Amino acid sequence: MTIRSYMAARDREWPGGRWVMAAFLAALAAAPLVLPEFHVTLLNYIGLSALVALGLVLLTGVGGLTSFGQAAFVGLGAYTSAVLTTTYGQSPWLALGVGLVLTLAVAVVLGSVTLRLSGHYLPLGTMAWGISLYFLFGNLEFLGGHSGISSVPPVTLLDFALTDSRHYYYLVWAFVLIALFTTRNLLDSREGRAIRALKGGMVMAEAMGVDTSRARMVIFVLAALQACAAGWLYAHLQRFVNPTPFGLNTGIEYLFMAVVGGAGQVWGALVGAGVITILKQWLQDVLPRLLGSAGNFEIIVFGAMMVLVLHHARDGLWPLLARLVPLRSQPRRIDPTAEPLPRKPRPPHGEVILEARRVTRSFGGLVANKNMDLSVRAGEILALIGPNGAGKSTMFNQLSGVDDPTSGEILFRGRSIAGLGPHRVAAMGISRTFQHVRLLPRMSVLENVAIGAHLRGHKGVLPAAWRLDRAEEARLLREAAVQLERVGLHGLMDEEAGSLALGQQRILEIARALCADPCLLLLDEPAAGLRLKEKQALAELLNRLRAEGMAVLLVEHDMDFVMGLVDRVVVMEFGEKIAEGLPEEVQRNPAVLEAYLGGV
Amino acid sequence: MDQTIFVLLAQDGVTNGAIYTLLALALVMVFAVTRIILIPQGEFLAYGGLTMATLEAGSLPGTLWVLLGAGAVAFAMDLATARGGGRRLPGRSLARSAAWNLGYPLALAALLTQLPLAGLPLAAKALLALALVVPLGPMMYRIAFQPVAEAPVLVLLIVAVAVHLAMVGVGLLVFGPEGSRTTPFSDAQFEVGAMQVGGHTLAVIGASLALIVALYLFFDRTLYGKALRATAVNRNGARLMGISPALAGRLTFLLAAFVGALSGLLFAPMTTVYYDSGFLVGLKGFVAAIIGGLGSYPLAAAGAVMVGLLESFSSFWTSAFKDVLVFTLIIPVLLWRSLASHHVEEEE
Repeated sequence: MTIRSYMAARDREWPGGRWVMAAFLAALAAAPLVLPEFHVTLLNYIGLSALVALGLVLLTGVGGLTSFGQAAFVGLGAYTSAVLTTTYGQSPWLALGVGLVLTLAVAVVLGSVTLRLSGHYLPLGTMAWGISLYFLFGNLEFLGGHSGISSVPPVTLLDFALTDSRHYYYLVWAFVLIALFTTRNLLDSREGRAIRALKGGMVMAEAMGVDTSRARMVIFVLAALQACAAGWLYAHLQRFVNPTPFGLNTGIEYLFMAVVGGAGQVWGALVGAGVITILKQWLQDVLPRLLGSAGNFEIIVFGAMMVLVLHHARDGLWPLLARLVPLRSQPRRIDPTAEPLPRKPRPPHGEVILEARRVTRSFGGLVANKNMDLSVRAGEILALIGPNGAGKSTMFNQLSGVDDPTSGEILFRGRSIAGLGPHRVAAMGISRTFQHVRLLPRMSVLENVAIGAHLRGHKGVLPAAWRLDRAEEARLLREAAVQLERVGLHGLMDEEAGSLALGQQRILEIARALCADPCLLLLDEPAAGLRLKEKQALAELLNRLRAEGMAVLLVEHDMDFVMGLVDRVVVMEFGEKIAEGLPEEVQRNPAVLEAYLGGV
Repeated sequence: MDQTIFVLLAQDGVTNGAIYTLLALALVMVFAVTRIILIPQGEFLAYGGLTMATLEAGSLPGTLWVLLGAGAVAFAMDLATARGGGRRLPGRSLARSAAWNLGYPLALAALLTQLPLAGLPLAAKALLALALVVPLGPMMYRIAFQPVAEAPVLVLLIVAVAVHLAMVGVGLLVFGPEGSRTTPFSDAQFEVGAMQVGGHTLAVIGASLALIVALYLFFDRTLYGKALRATAVNRNGARLMGISPALAGRLTFLLAAFVGALSGLLFAPMTTVYYDSGFLVGLKGFVAAIIGGLGSYPLAAAGAVMVGLLESFSSFWTSAFKDVLVFTLIIPVLLWRSLASHHVEEEE
């Protein structure tokens, strides 16, 4: 099936999703007109919490990071606006801008000290920062100390003061909907794929050119900004701020909302905020009467509920709810008329693409590679073989920038790649696959492959959030589809990558690598787990790539596959090169026979 | 500041630092063996201190109800695992679970109702307090963490926070909102050179040192200690050698609860302890543990003393901001650790 006919099959889509969405929006718009005051107020608070929880969906559910300090960012937004509008008499809108800038600065500082460390430092760092800020709010004179700041002016919209909570409702929910809309858009974009790769796919994403530290920073900052906006809304809804609602417990509560609702999807934030806010209201009413004394006993229930949710429904409530609504995920549209992405100029046939010179890598006393020399030319397939433990993987890691040599150098088209790190190496034109398949199992095959084209797009977070990236996105997806067709997987485009057979997953990795438009392909055991037919198809593909002038280096154990395909072979044993040459020469080399068969 | 105040503050800092050291060591240990960041560590401290206070007041500590309840839940979970789930639990281990989770709390309840609590000597009360609080550790592991023991660090952390929250709430329920202060273990005053050293200060520092030595001996000399160390180095390898991860988890939590409750007993005579005091104290232990990179015991101990000193001196100059200062200390520490780390790794 070609892309074009595949598309035709897709156009008969079920339009149910739109109707559900329209019904939701209509209910949201009508709510303040029909509901009593108390419920409108409750919905306002749900909206505020949803805004914060949404940031955590991005951070925790999608990005695999977390923060207990979101309440502090809420406080930052609220206090900035309260001070600027009361003490300095500024407009709330200006104060919102100042608050966002301030939050941005704080988040960048906090992020830059914690995000490069492993995942648990960020939550601990945010916990400490949350407590610090809480004490600062309570102890600084100009912030009103523990009694807070009162008579914060209302927000005015075109000279109309939003003092009625029914009016304010629309402001709150406009913010929530914008945040929902932009977050959803962002996740469905080039940057979004990079963000979704952060959880469980960092090494792969780096190899595809994603700067994962930057992507982590992006989501941390976005989550902080959403929290700050919620704080601003809070200050002008309450018209009063004090430190209490910005403490660590509230920060924990926000995280609970995201997790209970379902941290994986944007709608989870809404469900979680609703459930926790209403439950809290109810428990604060019921528990003290039941237990006969006053106190915030709802935290016992929340704690227990949280443990239960994490034990039994780690994806939260949203997936359970979503099953009740007959919605299907919409398959991705591919525009076959989108302009193809520009390609880098091909290096001429025979040019030395990659050269390793006297590369030595030692781990303490163990020398894994010793004085390794090898080179790969454009339009050539080189196999690196050797018995287990010969040091092939160590060599491969250094060639792909994951690891650096202890001594010696690795040149890519004459430039040294040592110390650059995988994402910069990828940018130079090296693409790779992994020995143990690394893909995002719950993402579609198409999107997995599109990650490979990350460096061929340039639209950032803001254009993605506002859908200004669609032309480029269509080109990226078309490229992914073309590469899938090239490797013969285009029929499986919309499947979850995790549902593919191992052999197909390996082929997917090759399509992903090709998406990057590399001039050097590093393949780590590409034929492992493939059936005979698949191996033949792979060999044919590699032959075609060679004819186009691609340089290919592969590490492989399957000798039938290697000997019938490659131009030259480098044989390693005990970290050193023991032979190099044409396949038939190497097969007769006594040192090689000795290494493989233990003497003849 | 004259010399007397300086010495006083330093003494205060070192004493608090000794307690943070204990907590930091427990945190590092729990993280190494189970990958759990034990946020509720501080609750063991609060429960320990408040249980002691209730015993001193001569009444039955609410901790008993918590112990009975947690034991019942833990046993019910063991029973459910034994019945369903395909994996059969041999009858003997179910009997052991019943003995620990049901028998022990009931026996303790019987003992507590029979004893003249107010008239007991201090040491007996301390032992009773430990007997009440320490078993909560393994029960907590069984109930909250064992079912998700293989989950990512992030999930375990969120579970830990949830447990912390629930325990604070339960603490409020059983101990009430009022704080308590307990009798010091010693009222004696010693003259060491030009400075006055309180007997309790010496007791705290002595107990901390003794505990550190005991932990060292446990980990270095006993089979169980070695099993825990093996688990910390390589969980799967340890499992293949027959070390049950569930046992390692419960044992680690037993130690953590013991360290926590003991710090509570040492801490409660120095300051008023409330149902929610544990968290802040525990978090200072965290700052210390993070200084040690959540991996090094001596660095964590050094960090703890540093936190104690910073806290006591900043409370002299600017007491309102002492917590701000202590928790902001974490930022330069993280920066330093961040600059020292390189490559992109996959999160577990």
